[in-house]
Amino acid sequence: MSVQTKITPEIVAEHGLSADEYKLVLEIMGREPSMTELGIFSVMWSEHCSYKSSRVHLKKLPTKAPWVIQGPGENAGVIDIGDGQAAIFKMESHNHPSFIEPYQGAATGVGGIMRDVFTMGARPIANLNALRFGEPTDPKTRHLISGVVAGIGGYGNCMGVPTVGGEVNFHASYNGNILVNAMTVGLADTDKIFYSAAAGIGNPVIYVGAKTGRDGIHGATMASAEFTEDSEEKRPTVQVGDPFTEKLLLEACLELMATDAIVAIQDMGAAGLTSSSVEMSSKGGLGIELDLDKVPVRETRMTAYEIMLSESQERMLMVLKPAAMEKARAIFTKWELDFAVIGVLTDTGHLVLKKDGEVAADMPVAPLVDKAPVYERPWIPTPAQPVIDAKDVPAPNDLLCALKSMIGSPDLASRRWVWEQYDHLVMGQTAQRPGGDSAVVRVPGVPGKALAMSSDCTPRYVFADPKQGGAQAVAESWRNITAVGATPLAITDNMNFGNPQRPEIMGQFALSIEGMADACRALDYPVISGNVSLYNETNGKGILPTPTIGGVGLMKNVDRMATVAFKQAGEAVLVLGESKGWLGQSIFLRETQGKEEGAPPPVDLAAERRHGDFVRGLIVAGDVVTCHDVSDGGLLVALTEMAMAGNVGVKLTTPQSDVPSHGYWFGEDQARYVITVPAANAAAIDAKAKAAGVPVSRVGETGGDAVVLDGRKMPISDLRQSHEAFLPTLMGAA
Amino acid sequence: MKAAIVVFPGSNRENDAKAALTQAMGSEPVMVWHRDTSLPKVDLVLVPGGFSYGDYLRCGAIAANSPVLREVKARAEQGMAVIGVCNGFQIITEAGLLPGVLLRNANLKFVCRNVGLRVETSNSRFTSGYKKGQVLSIPVAHHDGNYFADARTLDELEAEDRIAFRYCGPEGRLDSNYNPNGSTRHIAGILNKKRNVLGLMPHPENAIEPLHGSTDGKALFHSLVETVS
Repeated sequence: MSVQTKITPEIVAEHGLSADEYKLVLEIMGREPSMTELGIFSVMWSEHCSYKSSRVHLKKLPTKAPWVIQGPGENAGVIDIGDGQAAIFKMESHNHPSFIEPYQGAATGVGGIMRDVFTMGARPIANLNALRFGEPTDPKTRHLISGVVAGIGGYGNCMGVPTVGGEVNFHASYNGNILVNAMTVGLADTDKIFYSAAAGIGNPVIYVGAKTGRDGIHGATMASAEFTEDSEEKRPTVQVGDPFTEKLLLEACLELMATDAIVAIQDMGAAGLTSSSVEMSSKGGLGIELDLDKVPVRETRMTAYEIMLSESQERMLMVLKPAAMEKARAIFTKWELDFAVIGVLTDTGHLVLKKDGEVAADMPVAPLVDKAPVYERPWIPTPAQPVIDAKDVPAPNDLLCALKSMIGSPDLASRRWVWEQYDHLVMGQTAQRPGGDSAVVRVPGVPGKALAMSSDCTPRYVFADPKQGGAQAVAESWRNITAVGATPLAITDNMNFGNPQRPEIMGQFALSIEGMADACRALDYPVISGNVSLYNETNGKGILPTPTIGGVGLMKNVDRMATVAFKQAGEAVLVLGESKGWLGQSIFLRETQGKEEGAPPPVDLAAERRHGDFVRGLIVAGDVVTCHDVSDGGLLVALTEMAMAGNVGVKLTTPQSDVPSHGYWFGEDQARYVITVPAANAAAIDAKAKAAGVPVSRVGETGGDAVVLDGRKMPISDLRQSHEAFLPTLMGAA
Repeated sequence: MKAAIVVFPGSNRENDAKAALTQAMGSEPVMVWHRDTSLPKVDLVLVPGGFSYGDYLRCGAIAANSPVLREVKARAEQGMAVIGVCNGFQIITEAGLLPGVLLRNANLKFVCRNVGLRVETSNSRFTSGYKKGQVLSIPVAHHDGNYFADARTLDELEAEDRIAFRYCGPEGRLDSNYNPNGSTRHIAGILNKKRNVLGLMPHPENAIEPLHGSTDGKALFHSLVETVS
């Protein structure tokens, strides 16, 4: 090797490796590594790629079920949805880049997750996203919202994949660390799923897609460190997306996948060519030799180090059957994409990189993966918060006035301004548009069949009690899928937390996993893919712990799908589940008292299951077509959303009980749904619910053009005005 | 009726259009790749929505100069029916089949929502299934749908009854609050002089089933089947 740079402790530190980790590098190599080799260790052992802090905890999540074809560990998870079809999905974060450069950060996040899904042979059929921004009044928030939303739309719209759902929240803890979590759901045939394990010594290694540039070098390392005040200087490490090239790559890959040419395929995401080549060879137990002079580059004089660490987008690595090479080349030529044979699989077990006729790296693949450090970091539990009794919370002067201001508050206001910038209709299969409990997208090929999908987390609950909050996030996802009438099948998790080297943050992580695991088991709702994003901190201040849950469920008869909108006047309004007036950590407490306090609502998983299975049974049987789960803001907010969606009012009476009325209407007790049924059927449904052990209360009747509560009245038009005003006003009425 | 859909790199609503034409015709349209220099013998060519060539340079500009578009233009001049939807409208306008241009939306944002659409003429192969003044609900999904032409061209379009659709509010009221992109005189779709070419921004192909929330787009495709031989 020529011009060997001396590896100093400073260089090691700049690569994010600790002294102990570097010692391990020396042991594995048996010599001082070259810069290229050090760079490869650095990204492979980064938190982002190695999951070194999270691995021991992630193992506790249930990942199996009879319908799970592929759990965590591949590009995305795969579930069997019957009829020879599979749903392939995953959620991934692009938090750090999106804060530094919101448009490109969010756009490439969407591009990256779509690639993860179509790498496995699936055509993406839906995108979702979960966004968390800082306070609306923070000077950067508007700029970040504007850029992130435009970036998500810019990429997804061009790809022709509908963006059908998601969530947006605001909290001061995200002022310096916004969260951009993007999810893609794809559809494949169960006998046409592609994996990344390389096979066949001597088989060619092919590079396809866009050219490699200097963008994104060390992106994975950036995502594995805290932000400081000068983080904006890291702008050059944010990649630039080209959705047009990705659209061509998608079509070319799917065309090739319809043939019998591919042995293994892996997209180049974080850590680019490094992680794709290492993952393919390590999974196949083989060596790999790459000639970096053959990599298509868009800049001159790129070094081996730069080529291996570039995170340029829209690239794939494949192992092909030699006999199929020309057929494959013709497909990529048709789509005007680069197609270059850059290497070969070997029996050496080594990753060997050649550049300018010299060996730039020669390192064993297995220890690079297997010996990656794993840390059991110390953690401490989050102290328990006191339970708040609704009787100790002052009642508002007027419940309906409180309602009107709550539904116009940042966390409850309409997200129309956001989702109207996303093409949510392309492909013509969108059965439920954004704004409901779950998005519903039909599955082509089988009449009536559809997938429901949703993204959920209530970070303030997780912060107050990580275990309950983790369970709640999973339960709410399951409830949202259930509320449209689908059977929840599996989830992807996107774990967004602060610095894992702080024991209280690690405690949030460990305990929320425990809560999630309990809920996944109780609800038969396994985790099939996921992503961990740590170090979401700025100057030592962490975000609210945010384990975002992306759920997917199956619906056999989309014509019986339930929606939140009230359909007509004169229907009985029933609440399933118990309303005990839980105001701790509620939106009511925050918006009317300015307090983020108390224990969050407890999650009774047996009740969740019982109530959800019951309501789904009613929907599937065709007895109920109007259903909404009760979550943020409580019962009165849920009812108001139903009234606004259907433009049909509701007349409500507070039931006699010892729960104060503000607790009853704004409490956030779990495991609840609102349904409406023809008044004549109400008694029968009531009896059925009681027989199934599901508490039910009749709270009113639909009709009119107002929400009427105990004789007092608020027109739907006034409520809608408040609900719709927040984002357009914040964003300058644009 | 026989129909073809031209597919460019970056087209993305070709399958939506295919579903709508198949529903109306009872048989599938032919998909034509942009590099093809000859068109099959068809009665209708549909140029679909999407982001042909990534919308680079200017929406529709590169596709307008593709070999297949030259052929589409030649046939249109001979009287074959051509419909350009969304990006397809941008392409055939760039190609000179229709007057005017499509600018970036007035608020500079992509917009996807159902809009009110007033049928301005039933005197065309595309709109004969509607009544003049009828109000439809059809989705739009675009970033550059702000139709612009100079006053003389607009006056001419109006005088010749060549405005096919306008954005409107409930009951067909014309009001800038209901214009999703700021287009001049609320124009959503126009016809050429011979009335055999229609360009429109909204997506009738996404309003053909009850599940879409509106079936108002169906009549456009059925009109074509009935009037195009």
